[in-house]
Amino acid sequence: MEKMVNVYFYGKRYSVPESLTVIAAWEYAGYTLKRGVGCRNGFCGACATIYRIKGSNELHTCLACQKQVEDNMYIASIPFYPQDKRVYNINDLKVSDNIMMEIYPEIYSCIGCNACTKACPQNLNVMQYIAYAQRGEFEKCANESFDCVMCGCCSTRCPAGISHPYVGLLARRLTGKYIAPKSEHLEKRVEEIAEGKFDEPMKEMASLPTEKLQELYNNREIEK
Amino acid sequence: MYTEEMLESIKKVEATRPERLHTEPRRLTAEEKDELLRQWHPDYREDAFDTIQIGPNKGQKAPKQLAELLHSNSRLYGMNIDLSRVDYDTDVLIIGGGGAGCSAAIEADNGGAKVMIVTKLRAGDANTMMAEGGIQAADKDNDSPVQHFLDAYGGGHFAAKRELVEQLVMEAPDAIKWLNELGVMFDKEDDGTMITTHGGGTSRKRMHACKDYSGAEIMRTLRDEVQNRQIPIIEFTSAVELIKDDKGQVAGAVLLNMETGDYLVARAKVVILATGGAGRLHYQNFPTSNHYGATADGLILAYRAGAPLLYQDTIQYHPTGAAFPSQIQGALVTEKVRSLGAQLVNKDGVAYLHPLETRDVSAAGIIRECKGRHEGVTTPLGDAIWLDTPMIEELGGAGTIEARIPAMLRMFLQYGIDMRKVPVPVYPTQHYQNGGVEIDTECATSIDNLLVAGECSGGVHGRNRLMGNSLLDVIVFGRDAGKSAAKRAAKVELGTPTLEHVARYAAELEAAGIHTGKVSPLLLPKYARHAREYEQRGFQFQ
Repeated sequence: MEKMVNVYFYGKRYSVPESLTVIAAWEYAGYTLKRGVGCRNGFCGACATIYRIKGSNELHTCLACQKQVEDNMYIASIPFYPQDKRVYNINDLKVSDNIMMEIYPEIYSCIGCNACTKACPQNLNVMQYIAYAQRGEFEKCANESFDCVMCGCCSTRCPAGISHPYVGLLARRLTGKYIAPKSEHLEKRVEEIAEGKFDEPMKEMASLPTEKLQELYNNREIEK
Repeated sequence: MYTEEMLESIKKVEATRPERLHTEPRRLTAEEKDELLRQWHPDYREDAFDTIQIGPNKGQKAPKQLAELLHSNSRLYGMNIDLSRVDYDTDVLIIGGGGAGCSAAIEADNGGAKVMIVTKLRAGDANTMMAEGGIQAADKDNDSPVQHFLDAYGGGHFAAKRELVEQLVMEAPDAIKWLNELGVMFDKEDDGTMITTHGGGTSRKRMHACKDYSGAEIMRTLRDEVQNRQIPIIEFTSAVELIKDDKGQVAGAVLLNMETGDYLVARAKVVILATGGAGRLHYQNFPTSNHYGATADGLILAYRAGAPLLYQDTIQYHPTGAAFPSQIQGALVTEKVRSLGAQLVNKDGVAYLHPLETRDVSAAGIIRECKGRHEGVTTPLGDAIWLDTPMIEELGGAGTIEARIPAMLRMFLQYGIDMRKVPVPVYPTQHYQNGGVEIDTECATSIDNLLVAGECSGGVHGRNRLMGNSLLDVIVFGRDAGKSAAKRAAKVELGTPTLEHVARYAAELEAAGIHTGKVSPLLLPKYARHAREYEQRGFQFQ
């Protein structure tokens, strides 16, 4: 018999196998999840969850699909948190401008409490990437925030009401579009295709009989 | 975390590692591959399939779970839905808010159409978000779209619709450029050269990546762009039936508010199905790497409306799903791990197969090694194969794993397994629906005004898809569907809406004597304990 632990979903006690993740425990208890569940693999951020272990006053945040249950866990799902995504046209932005001041000015109200960083289930240095954003260091902000799954745990703990994931996202889009070096080989290939350079060879290849294609495929040279 | 037996086996893996660092197993011949697939690939297990009894694909095979849904009635059958009471009125209705749906929305918006997305969970809750390894495009000097065509078409066993493969590869570089200009951060050298690697079955290094968050980086950028354009996204709202009109064309969909249970009517001149895959149907009781919402809904909606499926009987089992511990069983261990040099190794430390065979061959190879040759390492959850990840650091230098596959490192570290130091156990996991609703080069189906894009469609990948061609598929065909929809919407004249096809389908089922006692589409898997249908599987659902 598997070892069981007690967990409390929204204050109500359920006995569940200790090997389960929080998501699986919810379902073991009989919940049919609609909100607060997503990819179940730690990539989508749908299952932001807050918990406290009975007897301790410390609040923890986690992704329910990535966290194994513990005994005496008091658990509440945060399936939606009113973050404030601002609307902008990426094509109109100039990285030389003080974009963050215009779009997310509240980041300058950060009081440096570091609660965001402590709350991040991805262990990102959230406060640091906000600091980079404040200074207009978009590329550093982008790299520091890259593994963000936008679960919003940081925002739930922020006294300044910052929507950190959207700040990181803006920095990444600026970096990807304007700051990262251009890929000349890519531009060149797109042009070659537009000019029709591959039209004839492609037509020729695509009209070969299957036997011929099999021969070509089975004997093709593979780059080392 | 590992058992004594696993630790003993690791010693053997470590003993052969120095030798293996400089050698790799030969690739199989075409005949050897065919034989391996026939004997060990799950698609060849006849008892796992049923024959479709009605509709355009009558007489063909489908996985049992899919066949059951195809053989079930609409939840609207016998209900009186007032189609004249329109809740949403739009030019283009996109069902599904993943990579294909969002790409389609952006291009349909560019085309001047009024666009709306409905999604049964949140926007971006999709398999696109979970794609780790990368996206293919032939944009290097030693490569060409023609070479990409050969790899993709051959990898799909020469079964794909050639014109679709041609479209996929010819539009690939532009798809990368489009994403880059939206702000997707691809891995690049300092001079801007894209860092590209091999995937299983590629003959050139053309896998572009964003660390191992490739899909997440693409998905969150696309979603942000859709939001910036203020295209309406109706979340937690599924489509439960297509609406047709008296001319036989598609004219919208009946929606279900997942939270209140209310039915809603959406009128649309063009509908794009972008509902994704079917991993959560757990064919042959495999665990899955897929999103919670991957329940083949689009296939059911299209089929009931009369659109044929193509290759609905071919499923991709990703060779390297996590096999242990239970909390991550079935979770994807990206192919990029092998692109970076990790080999597949059995319990005795033998690299028994080339690490970059196509996915179907590789999956069959793992199953044979475990079930046929009994050379798998025994874990508390069953036999598995080692993915020898410490090789990556030996080959690429210390720090390679953290820099290139941080999500993988994080996933295993969560359970005390440091993949930089020890290999990780893997076994195939249900990953991708190779087939789907048959489309042409405009993403059109046999029914007017019904387009399909992404994993829900069939024909692009033949009978097996290569790594990196799915992210590419959702971008290329998502965009093309959006463009095509905007053009079509300008010309469409809708007739009188009807759900007559629902009753007709029910009559066909009745005439064939089929009663499943269920309704479809499934919408969400039944995982709650009191409703659990898959309990005999004996593993938790991650």
